[in-house]
Amino acid sequence: MDMFLLEAAINGLLLAGVLALLTLGLNLIFGVIDVVWIAYADLVMCGMYAVYWLFAVFGWPLPVAFAVSVLGVAALGMMVHVLIIAPILSSAPINQLLATGGLLYFLQSFATLLFTTDFRNIGVRLPIIEIGGIYISYSRLLAFGVALVGATALYLFLKRTYIGTAIRAIAQDREIIGLMGVDQRRIYLVTSAIGGALAGLGACLLALQYDVHPFIGNTFGPLIFMICVLGGLGNMIGGFIAAFIISQIIAIGGYYFSTELSYVLAFMLFIVLMFIRPQGIVGR
Amino acid sequence: MNARRIGAVAGLGVLLALPFVTPAYFLHLLIQILLWGFIYTAWSTMGRFGLVSLGHGAFMGVGAYVPALLWNYFDVTPWLGIPLGIVLSALLGLIIGYPCFRLKVVGHYFALVTLALGQVVLLSIVAARDITGGSLGMTPRSIGHSWYALQFPDKGYFYAIALIVWLGGLLVWRWIDRGIGREALEAISDDEEAAAAVGIDVTREKLRVTIISAALTALGGALFGQYLMYLNPETVSGIGVSLQIVFAAIAGGMYAMLGPTVGALLTIALTEGLRVWFGASFVGAANAIYGILLILFVVFMPRGILGWFETARRPRAGPAPAE
Amino acid sequence: MRAWRKFISAGGLKPIMLSLIDVSAGYSSLRALFGVSLEVAAGETVGVIGPNGAGKTTLMRVISGLVGAFAGAITLDGRSIVGVPAHRIVEHGIAHVPENRRLFPRLTVEDNLRIGAFIPAARHHFAEQLAWVYQLFPQLRERRRQPAGTLSGGEQQMCAIGRALMSRPRLLLMDEPSAGLAPLVVQQVFDLIRRIRAEGLTVLIVEQNVQQVLDVVDRAYLLEVGSIRLAGTSAELKNNEFIRKAYMGL
Repeated sequence: MDMFLLEAAINGLLLAGVLALLTLGLNLIFGVIDVVWIAYADLVMCGMYAVYWLFAVFGWPLPVAFAVSVLGVAALGMMVHVLIIAPILSSAPINQLLATGGLLYFLQSFATLLFTTDFRNIGVRLPIIEIGGIYISYSRLLAFGVALVGATALYLFLKRTYIGTAIRAIAQDREIIGLMGVDQRRIYLVTSAIGGALAGLGACLLALQYDVHPFIGNTFGPLIFMICVLGGLGNMIGGFIAAFIISQIIAIGGYYFSTELSYVLAFMLFIVLMFIRPQGIVGR
Repeated sequence: MNARRIGAVAGLGVLLALPFVTPAYFLHLLIQILLWGFIYTAWSTMGRFGLVSLGHGAFMGVGAYVPALLWNYFDVTPWLGIPLGIVLSALLGLIIGYPCFRLKVVGHYFALVTLALGQVVLLSIVAARDITGGSLGMTPRSIGHSWYALQFPDKGYFYAIALIVWLGGLLVWRWIDRGIGREALEAISDDEEAAAAVGIDVTREKLRVTIISAALTALGGALFGQYLMYLNPETVSGIGVSLQIVFAAIAGGMYAMLGPTVGALLTIALTEGLRVWFGASFVGAANAIYGILLILFVVFMPRGILGWFETARRPRAGPAPAE
Repeated sequence: MRAWRKFISAGGLKPIMLSLIDVSAGYSSLRALFGVSLEVAAGETVGVIGPNGAGKTTLMRVISGLVGAFAGAITLDGRSIVGVPAHRIVEHGIAHVPENRRLFPRLTVEDNLRIGAFIPAARHHFAEQLAWVYQLFPQLRERRRQPAGTLSGGEQQMCAIGRALMSRPRLLLMDEPSAGLAPLVVQQVFDLIRRIRAEGLTVLIVEQNVQQVLDVVDRAYLLEVGSIRLAGTSAELKNNEFIRKAYMGL
């Protein structure tokens, strides 16, 4: 087995971790609240800026900056729900698309206003590790580990707690959940917070590896959506699996061709798969 | 009807007279408004029937890059290059549309397929950076004033072109609106199975508007390229642009003929106004406010500005048609 | 557990638990109830019969808070519950088994029961309540890790009833428990209702199967086109000419 190919595959696996985390967040929100936050990737962008601001500008310790950023984006998620989503819950989906699109523009422009379009890096250089001739970036490894922990925590929360069960239930029958004493609005709020927290977590992990600029959301946003749909919109496990499949395609494609071309392949594969099985690989 | 006709003719007269009395700066704005208005109208020919495409940047990109590349590398005149770009774009619409419509990929899923298409075109342009210049963009080779190369430093010429093309777009809109295609498409968007049961060839009707929309958008992209003399994959095929088209068309009102143009007028006026007011140091203010306005629109004016005017003018018209 | 059951069967003089006075309700385009009055005493089992579209389901929903009342009074133990949202009504001790079961199909049986115990008062007694429900419905215990959507019609009805019981209610609202079930299963369901009744719960049943429901309830009302047309003990209604002809085919 070609060492470099293996290396690419492993790095692809590690990238999948963060993408999977973000896919979980988006699927959660869509599955429960039935709205697509087209500005989700931009929430991640906000989280990345928060990390940059707190750590690189204010000099806070990195773990603290991470924690505060995650909480911050969770709060942002709740605000988005209360101010934008809740008023238009019963509107046509295209209106919801417009509203979250308006949010996208707002966030991107606001970030431009605050930070200009310069690329900013938090300047943390984590080492590259060598394992048996393969070079793996430590930050990617860390990101993968944290993402797995996050996904597991989410899984346990949804399966074992009352609120988690309520969240799963409400996705299956919105109307009668009140009969069990569950306040629908509160569940939506909690879901939005969790979605935001996942975005914030993803932001922290991405900040370790990439520069942030106001339009970074445009680079991975479409990718995340595509992964969600491939796994079946709203299907958390499906999205998780799809994230890994797509990341492998990109990593291995990037090894044989160029990075952009591998993305082109991934998107083209998506289009073709939509024709074959529109409900996603795993389906709803 | 008469008042309307007079109004339209007067409006046209004003538009024709404008280049002779306005300074270059305003002309520049007008050209943008007309071209974007044209593109937004092109998108609306699909959008109004429920075929919401989030990837029109794909058609703009193909339409813009094909003539520019042919010109730079092979000296092919845009008079040939642009039609070729239009044909390729239409073909792209066909290739995507046919499987989608045959296999009943609709709604969210159709939107996402178009989104992916936009990304495919964008990333392909970037990937072929040796030819296209990648993310840095490319410049069509300038030879000054030339009909052959469709290059005119004097904005007046482009104004005329933009005006003609824009009017053409409105005519196409009207043709679709008045034709039997419109009723067929509305039936389809209402209840596809029922429409098919009545004998409407669903796939064919949808394909028709898709191809028209793709072709017109490609033309708009091409003209932008020729006018600005600069192409950049993000600005023609980026997700930002694709979304911009959707939002402006809907905000202006995609069910009315002039709606998308109103959308263009307002968004450009807003951007310019804010730029003048705040100066260059507040880059980004325009879109920030645009974003907020968009959110407010959705909450208070779901049928767009023009749609709002129409309902306001006719308070006793029957129940509003289904969205 | 014992405390709860004692509390329920403290019947005695049977005070009025639920009272509707002149209630009108409906949906934005359609009025369904016109001036409906009825009452249910503690420990009683009361039925509401009537044809399709009479407003029976709306009646249930108005009581459980899913639908708002335009006019009229609804009191529980003398306190008004008009305008109280559904998720709070549960805390007052009213549990509603919805029409068509409405289980969460992809959640397991046990998860469906668990969500029934969502309110804090029920959560603390989850284990014992669950044990009691499994005792009432042994088939549910067998299938507790199965997705609820894979259960048979009868089992789903058991699960739906069990889910409602998990919230430790004093008043159980049942919306057409026999709908869509085979006759043998219908018999089982009504036997179950007898058992629940014997535990001391107050039950209000809305039903199309007149024969079965009149055999189980103390009193009943006839609801037609949104208004109460007849009321009486089950014996009185069983002997009523009109009801015998129109609803029992006799």
